[in-house]
Amino acid sequence: MVRHLHPAAWWIWALALAASASLTTNPVLLAGHIAVLTFVVMSRRDGSPWGRAFRLYAVLGAVIVLTRVILHLAVGLKFGQHRLFPLPTLDLPSWAAGIQLGGTVYLEGLLAAALEGARLGTMILAIGAANALASPKRLLKVFPAALHEIGAALVVAVTVAPQLAESVQRVARARALRGETSLRLRAFRGIAMPVLQDTLDRSMALAAAMDGRGYGRRTASASRLTSGLTLLGLLGACVGLYGLLDSTSPAAFGVPVLAIGAALCIAGIWAGGRAVPRTIYRRDPWSGAEWLTVSCGLTALAASIVSLRTSPGALAMPLQPLGMPSLPIPVILGLIAAAAPALATPVPPLTSQRPERVQAVVA
Amino acid sequence: MTAYESLGAAVRFSNVSVHYPESASPALTDVNLEIDEGELVLVIGRTGSGKSTLLGTINGHVPHFTGGRLSGRVEVMGRDIATHRPRDLADVVGVVGQDPLAGFVTDTVEEELAYGMEQLALPPATMRKRVEETLDLLGIADLRAAPLRDLSGGQQQRVAIGSVLTTHPRLLVLDEPTSALDPTGAEEVLATLTRLVHDLGVTVVIAEHRLERVVQYADRLVEVADGRVRHGSPAEILADSAIAPPIIELGRYAGWSPLPVTIRDARRAAAPLRRELAGAFPTVAEVAPPPDAPASPAPGVTARGLRVDHGGVRAVADVDLAVAAGSVTALMGRNGAGKSSLLWALHGTGARTSGRVHLADGTDPASLKPPQRRSRVGLVPQSATDLLYLDSVGAECDQADQESGQPPGTCSALLADLAPGIPHQRHPRDLSEGQKLALVLAVQLTARPEVVLLDEPTRGLDYPAKDRLAATLRRLARDGHTVVVSTHDVEFVAIVADEVIVMAEGEIVAHGPSADVIASSPAFAPQVAKVLAPVPLLTVDQVRAALPRNAI
Repeated sequence: MVRHLHPAAWWIWALALAASASLTTNPVLLAGHIAVLTFVVMSRRDGSPWGRAFRLYAVLGAVIVLTRVILHLAVGLKFGQHRLFPLPTLDLPSWAAGIQLGGTVYLEGLLAAALEGARLGTMILAIGAANALASPKRLLKVFPAALHEIGAALVVAVTVAPQLAESVQRVARARALRGETSLRLRAFRGIAMPVLQDTLDRSMALAAAMDGRGYGRRTASASRLTSGLTLLGLLGACVGLYGLLDSTSPAAFGVPVLAIGAALCIAGIWAGGRAVPRTIYRRDPWSGAEWLTVSCGLTALAASIVSLRTSPGALAMPLQPLGMPSLPIPVILGLIAAAAPALATPVPPLTSQRPERVQAVVA
Repeated sequence: MTAYESLGAAVRFSNVSVHYPESASPALTDVNLEIDEGELVLVIGRTGSGKSTLLGTINGHVPHFTGGRLSGRVEVMGRDIATHRPRDLADVVGVVGQDPLAGFVTDTVEEELAYGMEQLALPPATMRKRVEETLDLLGIADLRAAPLRDLSGGQQQRVAIGSVLTTHPRLLVLDEPTSALDPTGAEEVLATLTRLVHDLGVTVVIAEHRLERVVQYADRLVEVADGRVRHGSPAEILADSAIAPPIIELGRYAGWSPLPVTIRDARRAAAPLRRELAGAFPTVAEVAPPPDAPASPAPGVTARGLRVDHGGVRAVADVDLAVAAGSVTALMGRNGAGKSSLLWALHGTGARTSGRVHLADGTDPASLKPPQRRSRVGLVPQSATDLLYLDSVGAECDQADQESGQPPGTCSALLADLAPGIPHQRHPRDLSEGQKLALVLAVQLTARPEVVLLDEPTRGLDYPAKDRLAATLRRLARDGHTVVVSTHDVEFVAIVADEVIVMAEGEIVAHGPSADVIASSPAFAPQVAKVLAPVPLLTVDQVRAALPRNAI
């Protein structure tokens, strides 16, 4: 069967993988995460511009690793036994302890930095995978109707942001027409002003278009009940979060208050949503494939958590002393499960822009 | 007026005035107007006359979105816009803007058609049915899953119209729906509109600069001038309106009454004129070349084997080209035929896959650094305002003098010449479209380039502004500049161009004197040529020159 998977399923799957990746610095496991993400994206993305943007996230991930390594070389605290090469060092006053400018670079420190970067990069890649697999616009369709003002802002942001890069390119080219190619402050202004104006104009035009087509129409006026519920709910959520994070406060203060706050918020959103009636054209169904995808993602996360509890060392790269990374079996199995949606989910409909792939599927 | 008649009014303006806080004079003054159901009303007027404000009030965009103060009453299908926001009118009014892409909320054709219905909470079964109906009505069923960004301009505009039609509005408001389209794309859109009016009885209010495209479809004309409105039948209003398409100018000159609005009527009225002109021009060969024929045939810019690839698409395919110095050449062709890519490649800033470009002395502009290139080749891009980033006209001019190494005041003098009377302290964004274009052109001409390239400069310009631009380009050509201008506007080409290049699929399919190339083409022939054929005249000015007295 050919259909889009429910966008929320992909997002939960991807966020679970991101969370799982955040628990480890083990290079083998990180590589495993990257492989799974890439494999699933390659087999289940559609032809939309978002699908094509996965590569950008990969580049961003690489840049993060590189930045982390450069930062380590420049100001990081170097440690370890395996000397790699010396860098000129600069002595800092005692109050700047913990910061080291330059200095001898050791393999251990460098590896630690690179792996920390790789961990963050993998998480970014997971977000990119979610974007590529489920266009954020499709996710916004299931955004609660009561929050339609926020929804409008999100739709505008999600639509205009990808056009920003295009704008920058166009303006930079236009600047060359005026003979300006320098990269001074003036150049920044020459690009930023037209791009910002352009972006603002586009955002206003889009917001006006959405309004003109009935976005956020109300049949009944929003009641005070809605605002009251939402406000109380948010207050409860804040207090609950504080209680949860502050270890000195009593345990009863945290989770229950948070839960009550969340419940109040949901009630408020539900009450408000009834005043803004909306229907969905071709609602994405939530069926077996969605459950499968979500549980695959959560399995990988659960496997990582179990591994962390049972053998904490297995998820980290052994650096002191330097050793081979281990292969915790549960995480490996979890990752294999996480790759299953690449084969077990319905194929997304292909756009008319890719005739060769349409033919391949038909054949 | 009886109560029964008032039931039929789709829109009623009673004593409507609109003031924007930042401007001294009101945008609309005391408008009284009724638009009946099933009418196709064409709103005309110069840039900045208040056309867009008038259209904006119909769905409440003005003042709910733009701000400003509205006095009087605007009733749309009996709803007062003072108490109804645009979203509350979405079920009766559909609005389509100039740039369809700017209004698209979703990613694909099908989703976009459904979007408005989703907001109105129509049942899914109804939505499915209407999406299918609309796809067929607009002839875009094969594009249903296509990404909106990948469509051509005409297709995008049709999707935009379809996306507001699915909610079954009684009233359709279109602000310059064809300004970005090539003649064929514009025809598609206008054919769709007339079909809606005739088959479904939808009321259509449309604003357009290029009257020659739409005036024959209009039941009534509304002219907005300085915020004041008058209305009447097309012939009535056009008899003395400030702006008029060439066919009307011809009619005014020849003294036809009533003024013919369609080519068919004009041809029938023009029989005596044709006979008299045939006496003046017995053969095509004797047609006088445009008044400023190139002084020297030496090419100002030459391209050999020029090829430009964008991703997997070949935008310009092995083009050989020589453009004579001291002439104006028009570059025509469908949206996406490679016109912009060719201009940028000729300029040297755009990427070039292979081939060579020479200026008169053999220099390749791509080999020059941007500041030097600027003094040889100037380009006014499609979104001309990208070049402007300072906060006043004066500052832009000073900056242009500085970056071109010209004495202070050069750019201001050029600007005063192109568009007199622009205050130097004004912000570039507050200028009219024509003034913005003049400013960018002045900035580019400050460096005194020998080759001037313009990409779609006529977008959003009214007839007087276009005439002024044409005069400017002619003068540049007379001074020895090589001018290449890409445009969809056949009437503009008829006024300005010595030669015409037609591109399709990245290749040059026709290149020759404008009289030969455009007069013979059904899509590109200007109105005067259609009316007077076989007499080979393209513009009213040529007719005036041929018959200096008011002959008929």
